[in-house]
Amino acid sequence: MISSTPLDSSTQPTLSHLRALEAEAIHVFREVAADLERPVLLFSGGKDSIVLLRLAEKAFRPGGFPFPIMHVDTGHNFPEVIEFRDRRVEELGERLIVASVQESIDRGRVVEEKGPRASRNRLQTVTLLDAITEGNFDAAFGGARRDEERARAKERIFSFRDDFGQWDPKVQRPELWSLYNGRIRRGEHVRVFPLSNWTELDVWQYIDEEGLEVPHIYFAHDREVFQRDGMLYATSPNIQMIEGEEPFTASVRYRTVGDMSCTGGVRSDAATLGEVVAEIAATRITERGETRADDRVTEAAMEDRKREGYF
Amino acid sequence: MAVVEATSELLRFATAGSVDDGKSTLIGRLLFDSKQVLSDQMAHVEEVSERRGDGYVNLALLTDGLRAERAQGITIDVAYRYFQTPRRKFIIADTPGHEQYTRNMVTGASTADLSLMLLDARTGVVEQSKRHAFIASLLRIPHVVACVNKMDLVDFGEGVFDRIAADFTEFAAPLDIENLTFIPISALDGDNVVDGSARMPWYEGPTLLDHLEQVQIARDLDRHDARFPVQWVIRPHPSLNPDYRGYAGRMGGGAFRVGDEVVVLPSGVSTRIAGIDGPEGELETAFAPMSVTVRLEDDLDVSRGDMICTALDPPEAVRDLTADVCWMTSAPLRPGGRYAVKHTTRTARAIVGDVLHKVDVHTLEPGPADHLALNDIGRVRLRTSAPLVADPYARNRTTGSFILIDEATNDTVGAGMVTDLGAR
Repeated sequence: MISSTPLDSSTQPTLSHLRALEAEAIHVFREVAADLERPVLLFSGGKDSIVLLRLAEKAFRPGGFPFPIMHVDTGHNFPEVIEFRDRRVEELGERLIVASVQESIDRGRVVEEKGPRASRNRLQTVTLLDAITEGNFDAAFGGARRDEERARAKERIFSFRDDFGQWDPKVQRPELWSLYNGRIRRGEHVRVFPLSNWTELDVWQYIDEEGLEVPHIYFAHDREVFQRDGMLYATSPNIQMIEGEEPFTASVRYRTVGDMSCTGGVRSDAATLGEVVAEIAATRITERGETRADDRVTEAAMEDRKREGYF
Repeated sequence: MAVVEATSELLRFATAGSVDDGKSTLIGRLLFDSKQVLSDQMAHVEEVSERRGDGYVNLALLTDGLRAERAQGITIDVAYRYFQTPRRKFIIADTPGHEQYTRNMVTGASTADLSLMLLDARTGVVEQSKRHAFIASLLRIPHVVACVNKMDLVDFGEGVFDRIAADFTEFAAPLDIENLTFIPISALDGDNVVDGSARMPWYEGPTLLDHLEQVQIARDLDRHDARFPVQWVIRPHPSLNPDYRGYAGRMGGGAFRVGDEVVVLPSGVSTRIAGIDGPEGELETAFAPMSVTVRLEDDLDVSRGDMICTALDPPEAVRDLTADVCWMTSAPLRPGGRYAVKHTTRTARAIVGDVLHKVDVHTLEPGPADHLALNDIGRVRLRTSAPLVADPYARNRTTGSFILIDEATNDTVGAGMVTDLGAR
């Protein structure tokens, strides 16, 4: 909160950490809108992209967003999240583009993985890059944070991608002060991460402070799940269970919202925003470590996927 | 882990150091003792340490994330780490310390409120520590904390600590460091990092974490310093809000109050602040570093790249300036070189005039030079294609800084800090 002390040269008003992070993110949004021709905002329906939408409102209202919103839909998303997405975009009165992994499969751009551990997570990269090319987008806002993962800890706020969509961690542009270099050639683009300096707890505290609505799956609810590799997955027609895996009902909530095939729930009784904030503050395990199978494949799984053009 | 209060502040600090001076251990200690390392991260570090045969839990693996870094056991870039206490949230920009990484150190230092340096109690002030202090002073980081580390290896001797502090103070005297603090620590054992040390009863100052939590970072806000680079003009669709015209940007210094007399630069037209729209609604005042939207009393032609400033003491709009530049690419900077320059929200072209001197990275003395090579820091004259509304960097880190961009490669090749305005 902003200090309410009167302003004269002897007082030292300060911003809370959340408002300082907010000010930085709003600045980033406006720099991209001004310096790039055709930005797009990537929205998953998850908590980070919900915060992105709020920050975009703060950056551009009472004007409209100078970019459309895009969702890469794996076709295996939680139905609650899709419903939430449509309602939220409608409320904002902004444009939504849906890029479909199913269409990429139907067009032969990607081949569906087979077997009980099949996931459409990796296929999303192709759909995303195709959609960026087709839309002629030169900048894509994402909700990634540096506290999520080791490779991300080194990524710039303006992250350059070559014409294959690739990230090269060794030749990143130095990023000084808040002077962002968004210069690119035709066919290249930048990924922009306004939440780079936010932590998972910051995101939840901000959602709480702003009173933002999030999909219900973030709160504790009874769901039919099965256990695999120490994680709880929702039963769904899109995931085959392996022999020995038994469905059961548990009180769970989700810490991340991704494709159902690679996103696990956690046992939780946190049913309100305040309880979720308290749970996150007390947690002893990172959000991706607890709930994302896609980061468990190798030591540098995220770096490898990012190099290919992943979110 | 403690929940950060909604009113806690944000402190950004930079560290620089090399493999053997205990910097990674210290950061690991700060994260670990303030309970910020989570169990899966720790399990991962333990597992990888064992697989690599490190023989100890290598806390550097918490920060070194890229394949190449892990393979070579080095840090090649700026890594950002986060931790928090009930009082503050901290952002650490962690950079490698060797000479060939000067550009990374400058990058990490550019946004820092505080610089955390490590001195080895056995060797005291060495060339690398001098270079780090020089960069902290060049980038105008207001607070420098010098931790005298490995006190366990010198029997926790007060005399050793006092001598190193005196050496450093003497060396740093000509530098511009506002606030210099020394803390004797053992990063390995945790003495004076988060908890105090029973083994150094002679030390009565704060532990490192106490200091980080308490150091005063709020600046006195002077309305004479009010600077507002315009980023974006907000004009809603005429059918919705026909009269609204707001200038969006981030306060780059000082404070505005509704009714203040302001001047738009470089045009020089005067007007008053009619209203300020902040992220949480209308405001009476706005101060750095808030992102707000400003409405003006008069209908003027104001666009991105212009700066709305106090009429009390406005900056100058100049096409000639002198600056300290850190060079960040292998093709050298030479007189006659042309680059794009990005300064606040304005982009122009710049031609390099003379290279006035280059700082010797060993002695830190300025010496003659006709070019700047990768990782060099030197003073150059520039002439720009359009006026830049600038202050000396010593007065304002936002309006005194710029980057140079190579228009052929689009790379950021230089970081500049204005020293003098106008041709001389």
